[in-house]
Amino acid sequence: MPGKLKVKIVAGRHLPVMDRASDLTDAFVEVKFGNTTFKTDVYPKSLNPQWNSEWFKFEVDDEELQDEPLQITVLDHDTYSANDAIGKVYIDIDPLLYSEAATVISGWFPIYDTIHGIRGEINVVVKVDLFNDLNRFRQSSCGVKFFCTTSIPKCYRAVVIHGFVEELVVNEDPEYQWIDRIRTPRASNEARQRLISLMSGELQRKIGLKVLEMRGNAVVGYLQCFDLEGESGLVVRAIGTACTLDKLSNTSAFLPACNSPSKEMKEIPFNEDPNPNTYSSGPSTPLKNQTYSFSPSKSYSRQSSSSDTDLSLTPKTAPSPQGPRIFLFPSSPTLSCDSPHLKKSCLLLSGSSIKPLHSSHVSPVVLRKSVSFTEELLLAASGMGSGSAGKEGGPFKTLLRQQTQSALEQREFPFFTLTTFPPGFLVHVGGVVSARSVKLLDRIHNPAFVGIMGNTRSYKLLDWNSFNSDEPETRDAWWAEIRQEIKSHAKALGCHAVVGYSESTSICEEVCILSASGTAAVLNPRFLQDGTMEGCLEQRLSWQPGFFSIGSEKGEVDFFPQSQDSSSLLGIEEASPPGCGFCHIPYDELNMPFPAHLTYCYNCRKQKVPDVLFTTIDLPVEAIVVGKGCLIQARLCRLKKKAQAEANATSISNLLPFMEYEVHTQLMNKLKLRGMNALFGLRIQITVGENMLMGLASATGVYLAALPTPGGIQIAGKTPNDGTYEQHISHMQKKINDTIAKNKELYEINPPELPEEIIGSPIPEPRQRSRLLRSQSESSDEVTELDLSHGKKDAFVLEIDDTDAMEDVHSLLTDVPPPSGFYSCNTEIMPGINNWTPEIQMFTAVRVSRLSNINPTNQTLNKNFNDLCENLLKSLYFKLRSMVPCCLCHVNFTVALPEDELVQIAVTAVAITYDKNQALQANKAPTEKSQQRASTDNEEQLQFPLELCSDPLSSQPFSPAKEVLEGASSHTGIPAAQRDRCNSWIELIKLKAQTIRRGSIKTTTSLEKASPLAEGYLRHRSVPSGTNSTVSVVKMTPLSFLPGAKITKYLGIINMFFIRETTSLREEGGVSGFLHAFIAEVFAMVRAHVAALGGNAVVSYIMKQCVFMENPNKNQAQCLINVSGDAVVFVRESELEVLPPQPAAAAQPTGAAGDVTT
Amino acid sequence: MSSDLDVFVGNTTLIDEEVYRLWLDGHSVAEAVARRLRGGLLEREATSVAVLQSDTRDHYRTFQMLERLLHAPPRLLQQLLFQIPPERQALLVQRYYAFDEALARELLGKKLSKGTKKELDEVSARTGVGIRSCRRQFDNFKRVFKAVEELRGPLAENIQQLFLLPPSLARDYAAIVFFANSRFETGKRRLQFLSFGDFAACAQSMMAHWSQGALAPEAAEPDGDLPKSFLQDLKELKVLVTDKDLLDQHKSLVCSALRGKISVYNELEANFKALSRALVNVGGKLTHARDVRDFFVDLVEKVIEPCRSDKWSPGDLRLFLQHYTAAPRNLPGFRHQALWERYMAAISACLLRMFHD
Repeated sequence: MPGKLKVKIVAGRHLPVMDRASDLTDAFVEVKFGNTTFKTDVYPKSLNPQWNSEWFKFEVDDEELQDEPLQITVLDHDTYSANDAIGKVYIDIDPLLYSEAATVISGWFPIYDTIHGIRGEINVVVKVDLFNDLNRFRQSSCGVKFFCTTSIPKCYRAVVIHGFVEELVVNEDPEYQWIDRIRTPRASNEARQRLISLMSGELQRKIGLKVLEMRGNAVVGYLQCFDLEGESGLVVRAIGTACTLDKLSNTSAFLPACNSPSKEMKEIPFNEDPNPNTYSSGPSTPLKNQTYSFSPSKSYSRQSSSSDTDLSLTPKTAPSPQGPRIFLFPSSPTLSCDSPHLKKSCLLLSGSSIKPLHSSHVSPVVLRKSVSFTEELLLAASGMGSGSAGKEGGPFKTLLRQQTQSALEQREFPFFTLTTFPPGFLVHVGGVVSARSVKLLDRIHNPAFVGIMGNTRSYKLLDWNSFNSDEPETRDAWWAEIRQEIKSHAKALGCHAVVGYSESTSICEEVCILSASGTAAVLNPRFLQDGTMEGCLEQRLSWQPGFFSIGSEKGEVDFFPQSQDSSSLLGIEEASPPGCGFCHIPYDELNMPFPAHLTYCYNCRKQKVPDVLFTTIDLPVEAIVVGKGCLIQARLCRLKKKAQAEANATSISNLLPFMEYEVHTQLMNKLKLRGMNALFGLRIQITVGENMLMGLASATGVYLAALPTPGGIQIAGKTPNDGTYEQHISHMQKKINDTIAKNKELYEINPPELPEEIIGSPIPEPRQRSRLLRSQSESSDEVTELDLSHGKKDAFVLEIDDTDAMEDVHSLLTDVPPPSGFYSCNTEIMPGINNWTPEIQMFTAVRVSRLSNINPTNQTLNKNFNDLCENLLKSLYFKLRSMVPCCLCHVNFTVALPEDELVQIAVTAVAITYDKNQALQANKAPTEKSQQRASTDNEEQLQFPLELCSDPLSSQPFSPAKEVLEGASSHTGIPAAQRDRCNSWIELIKLKAQTIRRGSIKTTTSLEKASPLAEGYLRHRSVPSGTNSTVSVVKMTPLSFLPGAKITKYLGIINMFFIRETTSLREEGGVSGFLHAFIAEVFAMVRAHVAALGGNAVVSYIMKQCVFMENPNKNQAQCLINVSGDAVVFVRESELEVLPPQPAAAAQPTGAAGDVTT
Repeated sequence: MSSDLDVFVGNTTLIDEEVYRLWLDGHSVAEAVARRLRGGLLEREATSVAVLQSDTRDHYRTFQMLERLLHAPPRLLQQLLFQIPPERQALLVQRYYAFDEALARELLGKKLSKGTKKELDEVSARTGVGIRSCRRQFDNFKRVFKAVEELRGPLAENIQQLFLLPPSLARDYAAIVFFANSRFETGKRRLQFLSFGDFAACAQSMMAHWSQGALAPEAAEPDGDLPKSFLQDLKELKVLVTDKDLLDQHKSLVCSALRGKISVYNELEANFKALSRALVNVGGKLTHARDVRDFFVDLVEKVIEPCRSDKWSPGDLRLFLQHYTAAPRNLPGFRHQALWERYMAAISACLLRMFHD
């Protein structure tokens, strides 16, 4: 019996009047978990009952603990007739199942009824006593942490990022069961809510098991979705990234915000973890590869010491970026074009960002060809993709590369749902890969189903496969197919992994479009170690001393040459300089999967970059950006004939490629119109309705300093003879040029003018060219020459050959920039703004509009849709005008087509205020800032527990460690090294290294000792703010962080599903009143759960589903909402600053330890 | 293309003070939009009418949902549905319970019943306050009245606690409740010169000096009712005017004290007996509900108007009342000095407040 769940019902308040005669209520409570139910006494005649019940104890196994929600029902006792239900509270007890999160759930919960909404509140206390389960074959996965956040959570450190986990669970939808005809809407809704709660519990448990199997302890970027397939059932599916996370000490919270680069280097000598951000050969070389001479860490270290060009801290395998590509496997790749599946599915490569470039000349059919490469090429490509290899590092690296490659190959899907990565993780980005598939939903024909339904448990959850295995096509297989497609697209781009990966569906009647998209990328292998924890540990131990000895002997010597190059000092990228490495193409420029214009990187001038880059990830912190970013949307409607089954699916399949193409063209045009050259956070949503398809792509445009300046847009008419037409064209051209100029000013895009000769001259690298193993090096030069002309002069040509094209151009110009003081983006952070003030406002806006055209055409629909989105944005700006200057971040649009002619758009975003004055300063030195930002983030993401507080150190004479740190950090900004400071810094490293060699490695333990103290103090501090008002404030944000605050604790995942129904729509204020109240109720319930867990914020909040249906004739409406996020405790930075320096491990150590451990 | 459904919900509930004002004033969404347009918002924010409409509707819906909670402000603080910063909550409550004095003046002393509510149309026309706003304010009065009707202790404090109002507003509500309870006549023509503020001040001094709470905080009777025993006792004071000797002595004491100090000495000497009779009898009549109604009418008719026609100045009146109240201390055989002073304290305060044009 591995767990005891204890529940106490304390009191209720503001209950509804259930007895008209007395205007009072005789309330009691039923507490149900699994099949066990307890009841409280009836508290007669009160709207504020005080039950103060005993502890109700449920003895359950942990599998049940994970699957089942705790169900609390408040009822009105009635002597003569059946008791009336007042409402329910479902409590997910998962957060209580892992030790670091909440220990108790206690607080006021809104009592929710699916028909009446919130009806009063109930105070409940829940605890779990968990016993250790040593059963190796257990079915539960208690202890695996789940995070919605798509980056490494702030107070954790990623030891290993294992990779993709996915699972799906299928069941019949209670709403479509026969019994639904005879039960009340309330019973039906509750059955559905409970079932979904059960299913997500089970899903989470199963994913947890997979994570344990991979030896991970957490899932990051967990995304769970429901597919309401109607008749054919209900699918709950989830994807995520399995990781091994280490909790960091809370002392981290004390550190000042901008001295990471120095810290980073300082950390290295003390690092005792397998993935420091220095390149550690140990962990990255899998154990099985004993044959490699390089693999033992010692020999490797020796090698690094022998070189004096490289900083020992950014060692050999992080070679300087001048290296040309080395193609170890010259191969003649076979490029095969296979036709897409056109039976029921249409999978296509919407893939590369660059494609639309040429596609204006090429018929879109080209797009439907997917490309695949042979395995050899893939290897070569990925080897090349690592960018460059240094002298000695070359072959070694390639071997390693292969190793990583095969490690990734071993995984079925090398996908990562993360969108933000520890610096250095992302080596190169290839472009967006996506796949879509149109499927017909079939009813479940399995007799086994009925049999199992008769089981004791009311809703036995079944894996689709378990009883449907005879069917060839299952949901699992569908997704596997799509993922396979994505994987092959990524390969085509020379990438071995897909990051920023996500999946979605759109269902209309029996047709379902499955979509998956991500960004093809080459990753740094050091985070992906497959080895076991124990293995890592061994490696670590054997490797460390050697490293340190070298560090202390050579450190000083090696350091200075490097310090002249501030970028390598940063040590973020191992293969390429920070800020541009990820832009460098991972694919073979001679065998590009698509035509693209390549130029040498505008930042480092050493590697090739494409002229535009589309990605689904967040802007890497180290990226160097010019000016600010902005939200860019492409919107598109396509009419479709109403059809049935196969015919319908076919017509949708046929339309999809055209839509993808147009969406890309629109994005490209709008990007150019803003004078920008890269898109981040790209999300293309294709929604299917009965008679149309809708496409909505959102992304954040930025100007990456590494990529070439985009050319303008040039309009070309088809009929040049007509004078007035010519005039019109030139008028349009002028308008476009004006807009581009205006946008450049608005977004402060003024890239440094580069002297012509720098751009023009081919990169002089004779020495390196000689090292090229490929004979085709000549042709690569040709490409370079072509690029030169492109980069400077070439403009993007729009041909206006018919009215459609005219419309397109017009629609380009209809996008109104946000009013002054507003910026918007759909990524986590707004490029170019980094001085956020703590005020945030998260909101959800929903609009349903009727497209009332009698004879709609694509054009009118497009215009309507465009207007709808623009008006919605306008109205958001107006609503939030009091927050100016502010930025709308993480703007997330969701489109649904609930009925004929009805379009529903839901937007969730957060408005964050920022300090305008500081912003101006920031703009003056964008590069500097971005580097600083990079460093700030480093400190959040890459954290190395190590002990600086130990006594021997504090007595050392170089106590002003803090000053040293500052020196080193400012050093990044000012490359002209302040040597004296560095000197002392080096001393520090040496000294510490010695200390460690002496054997006082007691890092983590002492940190743990330190942390409770700090945490206790923090908690103490945060208490008063809660007691001030009766209801504690809970912040909500779709971002993974809170500006001006430190997240000190993650309390668990919030994943809630609600149904609300009404049969008195008019009385509740019509559809708007109904939905307004419901959304407010959902927020309230999320806040209440977070508060009960002891949290004060939800981060990474997302509204995954909002399905609204109405029947005005019957005065009815129904809505389903599914939300999720991470409950956290945060502390204001301003409060932290007030903290007095701690004695004993005093001032200097706090600063230092904080630095190191953040 | 029309928007059937259009909502915006913030985690922190957005409150637009201007729209709240318009809503409280009872304007429809269309009127509110029109007024906001006139305010030049469109030009300032460079937005469209549609946006303004949608925004106004959102706010109106929020206010409608909040209204239920505003009826019991402590619930607004405890509720979980809307996350509103405390200072905003205070503002919402304060504005919701703020009232037009013209309207309150009209309703003073009236029974807060359905009948009165039906007459609000006329009141609205007379005062220029929108009918919906009139109804809301009337309902506020009634709600507060019902809530504190049965409660013990100081009226204003009870109101402040139950409705979380600022002290001054709570005192005004206490006055309204007091008037509604005692049903004083305030509508007569000769009382028209008195403002809501005058009456509120009178009510406050009456409650302060006369109510049971004024003597014993844990009084048995609600504050809004004047204590029966006190009113009964007031009959004892009649001796001051019925006993010829006492009346004469009282007069001589007052006159000797005031000689040369007030400008209207002759008039005082001539009218003293009439004035004294009026002042004492007003109190003596308070045991009968019907006579209570005439309290203010009597004061005006029998004290204020004669004094005014004799051209008393407010200073004259103050001096007179001071000595008139103090004098009986030296009257032999008068045993009700404490009662007398308690009675006169409120009467004096009322008269001084009411003595203006």
